[in-house]
Amino acid sequence: MTGPGEAAPSRRSLMQRFASWLSIAPLVLVLVPFFVVPMLAVIAASFMESDGFGGIIFHPSLDNYKELFTSMLTMNLYLSTLKFTLLSWLFTFLIGFGVAYFLAFHVRSTLLATSLFLLCTIPFWTSNVIRMISWIPLLGQQGLVNTVLTGAHLVRQPLKFLLFSDFSVVVAYVHQLTIFMIVPIYSSLARIDKRAVEAAWDAGAGRWDILRLIILPLAKNGIALGSVFVTSIVMGDFFVVKVMSGGNSGSVVAALFENISVLQYPTAAAQAVVLMLVVLLIATVILRSVDVRREIAR
Amino acid sequence: MSAIAKRRSRPWTFYALLALFIGYVASLYGPMLCIYVLSFQDLRGGLVFPMKGLSFHWFVDLFTQVRTGDVKGSFDRSIRLALMVTIITVIVSFLAGLGFRRRFRGDGVVFYAMIGSLVVPGLVLGIGIGLLFQFLGIQPSWSTSALGAQLSWTLPFGVLVMFAVMSRFDRRWEEAARDLGATRWQTVRLVVLPILLPGLIGVAMFGFTLSYDEFARTLQTAGSLNTLPLEIWSMTLNVTSPSLYALGTVTTVVSFLIIGLCLSLIIHIQRRRAAAGRRD
Repeated sequence: MTGPGEAAPSRRSLMQRFASWLSIAPLVLVLVPFFVVPMLAVIAASFMESDGFGGIIFHPSLDNYKELFTSMLTMNLYLSTLKFTLLSWLFTFLIGFGVAYFLAFHVRSTLLATSLFLLCTIPFWTSNVIRMISWIPLLGQQGLVNTVLTGAHLVRQPLKFLLFSDFSVVVAYVHQLTIFMIVPIYSSLARIDKRAVEAAWDAGAGRWDILRLIILPLAKNGIALGSVFVTSIVMGDFFVVKVMSGGNSGSVVAALFENISVLQYPTAAAQAVVLMLVVLLIATVILRSVDVRREIAR
Repeated sequence: MSAIAKRRSRPWTFYALLALFIGYVASLYGPMLCIYVLSFQDLRGGLVFPMKGLSFHWFVDLFTQVRTGDVKGSFDRSIRLALMVTIITVIVSFLAGLGFRRRFRGDGVVFYAMIGSLVVPGLVLGIGIGLLFQFLGIQPSWSTSALGAQLSWTLPFGVLVMFAVMSRFDRRWEEAARDLGATRWQTVRLVVLPILLPGLIGVAMFGFTLSYDEFARTLQTAGSLNTLPLEIWSMTLNVTSPSLYALGTVTTVVSFLIIGLCLSLIIHIQRRRAAAGRRD
């Protein structure tokens, strides 16, 4: 039934499909050995038993998971991690959207906007660890903030909640992660046709209506991407919580890291599998709400 | 008319967002400036204000003292690793960006594997790669297992940035080149690459930053020799002198040099394009 007119496009589409696969191949060649297989190794290890010395005994069972789900500690760790994730997400979104909006709509010169954008990214070229500890001379009991506050007689004694508390953990997260909101949101805002906003303005729409009905829907992809970055990084972090809470707060990965340092790989692997499922669930829910690829694949 | 009126008076939201922006940048740089300033103290210096003296003591200390660890070696390794990661990230992301423009069988699987690779906790992936290398009997090292671990982090970022860049790329330019008789390779080299170049510089900057900073994935995969973030991590645990701050100052100087390079490249390209546009 295939006439000459139909055979040609089908051969062409076969060629195109081959070309697509060829250009995706390098990505696949990295992802398989450095993501897919290692994850399978972790999943396999979670069903094994530890010999107590860093070795793994091949003895498949669900014991690691039973232990995990019957422990109250697991629940508390997840609650603590979720609390930090929600707070960090909220503040990085509010600040990130504001900054991205400012750069995209209020800065008229593209070069100036790019320069200001780069100004925001420069600190991210330095060590995370250094950036985090840079809050210590500010927030400590003898730090700058307390010195100023007591000097101005605003408080009678140094505020203790500023450092090594949940407050400083959230400050450190927001400080490090707002850029992960700014970049994708800015990239989607910069693509919005300014004439659409002008038209709405001329048609009598208010500032709030423009934001709600035009800008937010068009920025949805950027917001979703930024949210995936921020939530997955906070949920997978152990270092910020460990250092900035002064050891007062736990996180899922901090507990996992402790199990690795005592060489309990199978227990750590089971914790890892549960955490991964939770993170993947959150990411899927966020990405399902938008189609990131729609724009280039249509 | 309305454009002129708007140009004359800014709405109140402009000032509110300007204040937010300035506040954000101040809180971004403020704490770091404290660290840079505090790193120039002399021998008596401590970790908090006030400043004690003014000297390069802690910088010399950083690169000469053995007790602070192998700063020079780890710095060298981090730069080399970041360069390798950057080059691979740019090439692979560019190709993947081209390939993902069309739907094809299995594209969803690759896409979700990529997202998975991005959102999986770094430490967990590090353990997985460590277990895999242990099972295969290969010694983990910064240039093999750590390189792969970092790529699993930088590539999804690179490809997502390419998605954003590609969505602004008009496919008609490519089709026009084809119609004018360009081969596939000529189209890529003479049309697609030059148009996407600023975006690719962006991908490179991302690749470099994320690799240079990477900690969680590298921790279990770097083997016996440390990268800079691992060195800093061990320093935070046992060094309580301003040499830690001096290290922060040094890495920031390097960053400024690289940012400056990328920015001037982008400006150079834009100037050249503007000039070419005037000529036509």
